[in-house]
Amino acid sequence: MSEILIELAYLFAAFLFITALRALGRPDSARGGMQLAAFGMAVAILATLFEARILSYEWILVGAAIGAIAGYPLGMWVPMTAMPQRIALSHAFGALAAALVGIGEYIIGFSGGTLVRSTVAALGLEVFFGGVTVTGSLMAFGKLQEILPSRPLIFRGQNTVNALLFTACCCCVVWLIAFPTHAVIFSVMVALAVLLGILFVLPIGGADMPVVVSLLNSYAGLAAVATGFAIDNNILIIVGALDGLSGLILAIAMSKAMNRSFANVLFGAFGSTDATAPVATGAAGVMSSTTAEDAALRLAYATRVIMVPGYGLAVSQAQHQMRELGELIEKRGGDVRYAIHPVAGRMPGHMNVLLAEAGVPYDKLIDMDEINERFVETDVAIVVGANDVVNPAARTNPTSPIFGMPILKVEDAKSVLVLKRGKGKGFSGVENDLFVDPKTSMLFGDARQSLLDLALQVKVA
Amino acid sequence: MTTTTVIQLFVFMLAGFVGVQTIHRIPPLLHTPLMAATNAISGISLVASLLLAGSGDGVRATILGSIAVACAMTNIVGGFLITDRMLSMFKRSKSTVTENSAGSTSSAGSPS
Repeated sequence: MSEILIELAYLFAAFLFITALRALGRPDSARGGMQLAAFGMAVAILATLFEARILSYEWILVGAAIGAIAGYPLGMWVPMTAMPQRIALSHAFGALAAALVGIGEYIIGFSGGTLVRSTVAALGLEVFFGGVTVTGSLMAFGKLQEILPSRPLIFRGQNTVNALLFTACCCCVVWLIAFPTHAVIFSVMVALAVLLGILFVLPIGGADMPVVVSLLNSYAGLAAVATGFAIDNNILIIVGALDGLSGLILAIAMSKAMNRSFANVLFGAFGSTDATAPVATGAAGVMSSTTAEDAALRLAYATRVIMVPGYGLAVSQAQHQMRELGELIEKRGGDVRYAIHPVAGRMPGHMNVLLAEAGVPYDKLIDMDEINERFVETDVAIVVGANDVVNPAARTNPTSPIFGMPILKVEDAKSVLVLKRGKGKGFSGVENDLFVDPKTSMLFGDARQSLLDLALQVKVA
Repeated sequence: MTTTTVIQLFVFMLAGFVGVQTIHRIPPLLHTPLMAATNAISGISLVASLLLAGSGDGVRATILGSIAVACAMTNIVGGFLITDRMLSMFKRSKSTVTENSAGSTSSAGSPS
């Protein structure tokens, strides 16, 4: 096959990839779009196999077979609750591929004496982004999987060390552009990038991982872009740009939803400093607790109900129980919606997937901006395992550490039912005024059990 | 800097604009599938790995290339499978299927 045909195959694949991302704009077209993208991928791979540079196929087959065998369980067996670490792990794989290609191409160019400045610049960036992403993603994976302690690990001068490492990597790239054949510098840069990946994720806590995972997505994309420049391949540049921007957009969206600047997440080590802890403001008053019978009675006769799931729901694996309760209320004529805060899960959009898996129709899953207008006309809002994302202090109390964070306006509802394990504080350690509001009743206990009790009582009510 | 590099920079810039436009249209509802999808699609770096593994430019290059092929292939197979699995879970409620579709798509929460 001629070069032109191969390039045209890449063009076709790029078209299908972009079409697939456009199809992802709507849930009913998304699946078909991704199947087209898979077809595009197959076309691109087949076309590459006809490339004149490929002389032998046996090692390609070995690698591809191993990859396919490893990929199947990662696609079919991983539970939806483990999606964040699953995605982090695949960023590591993608980045490792990019980094190894970068190193391999450098070795070939070095021994063949064909290294030119522009190629080395691209290879350097490729290996830098790849190296940082490999170890950074593995660290994120470890923290999310709780192999590593998920709390932030900090040491004195951490940001200085990271800044120095970053500067050193930049210097290495510049050096390589000046002297492309200095292989020692290339190796030094690989080592520094790998080290930087570890150190940069080390001080970031488990709850901030959505931002980090999105950001690493972005870096993996940039590594692909650099690969494209190094081997003169446009489809890698296009896909890498899409990937890199998608990661960046999601990372910024997540930071915004957590009321933190990007820089604060990356360099702030939130949750480790106790500076915010002594701000014991507000939350004066007592929580009024209720029983499942009383609460169920209210639910059974409510016309508009909004469920507010937080990560606590996923921790106690109660998504199915929530959906069952919702269906029972609907059967009695009530209207049930689910209010999804952007950081309700452990990665962008995670809670939507968890509830969709439990069988909640997606048109009932409503984003924060849209659902917030509906709380005023809602009879009962049920908060399950959520705390900070429903704390009215974020809007009313300028001294609160979470002030300014976008929240679900649960306090606007006519009455609020909070399902909570105990009387503890949220992740940020802030007291919640919502819980002592006169119209709020608390139902203490395990979320799963409480939802089961409520469903049982609604059934007989 | 060669002409090719300049053309590649153009491609990069235009792809970037397309990316911003496209990704801003994706509702938060589908952000996790989006991440899984970009992951699967970024497996296209397999193309570069194949060239390295198959070019026969010495043992080191072949070994590095083969490992890279395995990594990229893992992302392609795993990525497309999990995206499809995830998207198959997103179902519209039975009652609204019969209603006009315009109302239910807007309630799915597409921004802007």
